[in-house]
Parts: sequence; C-alpha cells; structure tokens
Amino acid sequence: MSEKKDGHQLRKLQVDILRFDPHDPDDFPHIETFEIEEAHGMTLFVLLNEIREHHDNSLKFDFVCRAGICGSCSMLVNGKPTLACRTLTKKLDQHITLAPLPLFELIGDLSINTGTWMRGLNERLETWIHDKEQELNVDALEERMEPDLADEIYELDRCIECGCCVAGCGTIQMRPDFVGAVGLNKIARYHLDPRDKRDNKDYYELVGDENGVFGCMTLLGCEDVCPKDLPLQSKIAYLRRMMLRTGLKG
Amino acid sequence: MKKPKIDKTPARLDFIQSATGLILALFIMGHLLFEASILISNEMMYKVTLMFEGYYFFGERYPGIISFLAAAISAIFILHAAVAMRKMPSKYREYRIMRKHTASLHHEDSSLWMIQVLTGFAMFFLGSVHLYGMMAQPDQIGPFLSSVRVVDGHMAPLYLLLLFSVVSHAFIGMYRLALKWGFMEGKNSKKSRKIHKFLMRGFILVYLVIGSFSLAKYIEIGMTHDFSDGETYHSQTIQMESEQ
Repeated sequence: MSEKKDGHQLRKLQVDILRFDPHDPDDFPHIETFEIEEAHGMTLFVLLNEIREHHDNSLKFDFVCRAGICGSCSMLVNGKPTLACRTLTKKLDQHITLAPLPLFELIGDLSINTGTWMRGLNERLETWIHDKEQELNVDALEERMEPDLADEIYELDRCIECGCCVAGCGTIQMRPDFVGAVGLNKIARYHLDPRDKRDNKDYYELVGDENGVFGCMTLLGCEDVCPKDLPLQSKIAYLRRMMLRTGLKG
Repeated sequence: MKKPKIDKTPARLDFIQSATGLILALFIMGHLLFEASILISNEMMYKVTLMFEGYYFFGERYPGIISFLAAAISAIFILHAAVAMRKMPSKYREYRIMRKHTASLHHEDSSLWMIQVLTGFAMFFLGSVHLYGMMAQPDQIGPFLSSVRVVDGHMAPLYLLLLFSVVSHAFIGMYRLALKWGFMEGKNSKKSRKIHKFLMRGFILVYLVIGSFSLAKYIEIGMTHDFSDGETYHSQTIQMESEQ
C-alpha cells in the first residue's frame, strides 16, 4: 500500500474522532479511533466517507459541495477550525484529531447546526440592504457602481458562514454575545455598499459596543483560520476607526 | 424622525484603553533607556538624575518634579488598569475557557493576549509598589542611592519581575495596538503584521537585555561599592552649592 507518488509516502492514519449524540440520553462524549489507509490526494472528506462506508455507518458529519463553497464541513482538525473538504491528509500528521466546532448546536459527532446561529446573527445585525422601500421603484434602473467598489464588496461577500472564525475566536468563547468576525465583516460589507442608506450612527447602534467592534480583543484567531482568507483583521480595524469617530463625535 | 442619541461610552473606553497604553509604553521606552545610563558611567546616570530634577533648567534640584511625574504616570497607570480590566476574564470559568482555547488552537496571537492578562495582573502589584516608592522618595535616586535601594532595600527581585512584565506587556501591547487600529497597515496586512511582529520581538529582546544589564550594574554597585563616604554620589564635575 505504501507506494510513493509526488514524493509522498502513504501512511496508515490514526484518526481520533470526538463522538457524541446529544439526542441519546445514554451517550456521553468520547473519542473513537479509526485506522485508515491513506490514499493519494485524500482529503478529510474522502477519509470520513471511507470511515462511514467501511468502519462505522453511524458516524455523523456534513458535506455538500466538497469544494469549499458551502461551508458545511467546518470542524476542528487537530484543534484548528477549518473546512474538511479542502484539507489534504498529506498535509497532516499521521495522527489526526477531529472534533465538532464549539459554540454551535451539536447535531451529533462532527455535524453541527450553524444555520440557527447565523440566522440569529443576520437578524440581529440586519444584514440586508436598507433602502427606502416605500419609495423604491422596481421599474427604475439600479444605480451604477464603480467596478472597483463592486469588487471590494464582492471580496467581503465571499463569506460562506462556515463558523471557523467563531470557533477560532477566544473572545466569543468567553463572551458568547460578541458578534464575532463573521458579523463585523458583514457590517463592513454593508457599510461599503452605496445602496444601503444606513448612516454611521445606525451602524454604531448595531456594533458600537462591547458586544460589537469594541469587544474585539484582536486575538486574530479569525484572520488566521478563515478558510476564505477574508481580510478580517483589516476590516475590523477599519470598522473600529469608523465607530470611534462616530462615537467621539456623538 | 429624530434618532435617539447613541451611547458614546464604549467608544471612549476603547480609546482611553489604547491611548493610555500607548503613553505608558512610550514612557517605559524612555524610562529604561534613561535608567541604562548607569551602563555608561555613574557620572552619566547622575546627570540624567539631575536633568529630571530640573537642575539644568532651574539651576537647583527639585526632586518634587520626580514625585509629580510619578503621580502623573500613576494616574495614567490606574486609568489604564481600570479600563483594561473590562477585558480580563472575570470568572474562573472564562479564564479556563480561554486557557483551553489557546492551548488547543496553538495560536500565537491568542497566547500573546494571555501574556497581556498575566503580566497586566502582575503589574497591579509590582507597578504600584514601584510607583509609590518614586512618589514618596523622589530624592533617593542616583548612581549610589538607587543601588542601595536595589540591594539593601531588597528591590532587586521586584524590579526583575517588573522588568520582564513591563517590557513584554508594553511591546506586545504596541504590536496589538498597531493591528487593532490598522496603524501602518499598508496594502498587504499580512506583510505589515509580520513586520510589526518582528519589531515587537526585537524591541522585547533589546529592552530585556538593556534592562537586565542595568539592573545587574546597580546590584554590582550596591554590593561592591564602599559607602563609608555616605550613599550620595559626589560628582567631580558638578558642584552643588550645598556641598561647598
């Protein structure tokens, strides 16, 4: 089995998975170890399917797109939040530990429900275009936008709500009311958008407090784990400067 | 429709924390350098002492100026501690969560913040002792007087702990300030962060070396110098009226 290709020696992987079914009153969180033969180009997606097909068909985990777009396969890989579908086993040690992301509702094993949390966040931060809806004329042409600005907005819109930044943030672990990088990134995105008519004071009402941008302690876990490489550090700094100016002016 | 007024306090508190931290860090940078004048010579350290006592401006020594400076720094120090306390884990549960998080994430910047919490906490006590001493006995500074304080006054262990706490806290703090507010971020924030981190490490190292060597020098003077002429340093070049 252990043939070489691209200079990589295939190994027998030891995979520790934190398992727990919260709906089973007799179950308790425990580590289960699987031994898996590594394959060429193997991702954690392939590995987990291998386990489910050949070792234990009760293992729960989520995948949809397998291409780092849907954000459903986020999990802790050796303690670090990341997308399993984009993680190649050859980049990891022979001993791999997998656990579900903390803070989100656990469905079972590695499967979590980020949807409820993210929906709550989006409702709280009102992450949609605020326009004068009564005056909105659906027949009129939309205002034009400079391509550079559109690119800048699109850059932030690449967020897939996978929850990695939330799991990588020490602040939100300690203080669960903190909006986290995913929320602050969204505010930065709508602030850029000229179609959103909210002013700085409106944004200050949303994130100008200890649960918002002033609660961020710049641990930069978000920046360092974001699988989409969003410019979180720089956008949070930008938001902080803007909110400070708004706050000091009053 | 008139909008309700926004609450300015969170913005102000965040600004005060950053601003007082920056002032204290800059102060420490100067403080440790001035103090290291002992590494050049006793005479040099004596001149620096005279400068801060206003001798070169008023022609007379006013140790009260040191008291005043120490009081001003104390006020900023207390203000910084008061606002920065908001961020510290206030319950054991929070502390434990954070410890577990940093341990499992293996993430340097999260660990740096833990160092800030621990050194900040230590300085509630270490810094207070030192600042009070400077306020209460501003005339006890000089190449010999300081050495006596360090050795016979048993301040050396406290100063050593304080040195490590304050140097790491100040430069980690400045690094974090730069990232927090986007100072000199440039187009590539990953690259500028690397440079900031490199500077942080460099400054910590340089200041720990300078600080440790000066402390060692004061200890050496305190242990080896013959104080039979008194503990006050007598300059060969500067004659005080009181000494004539």
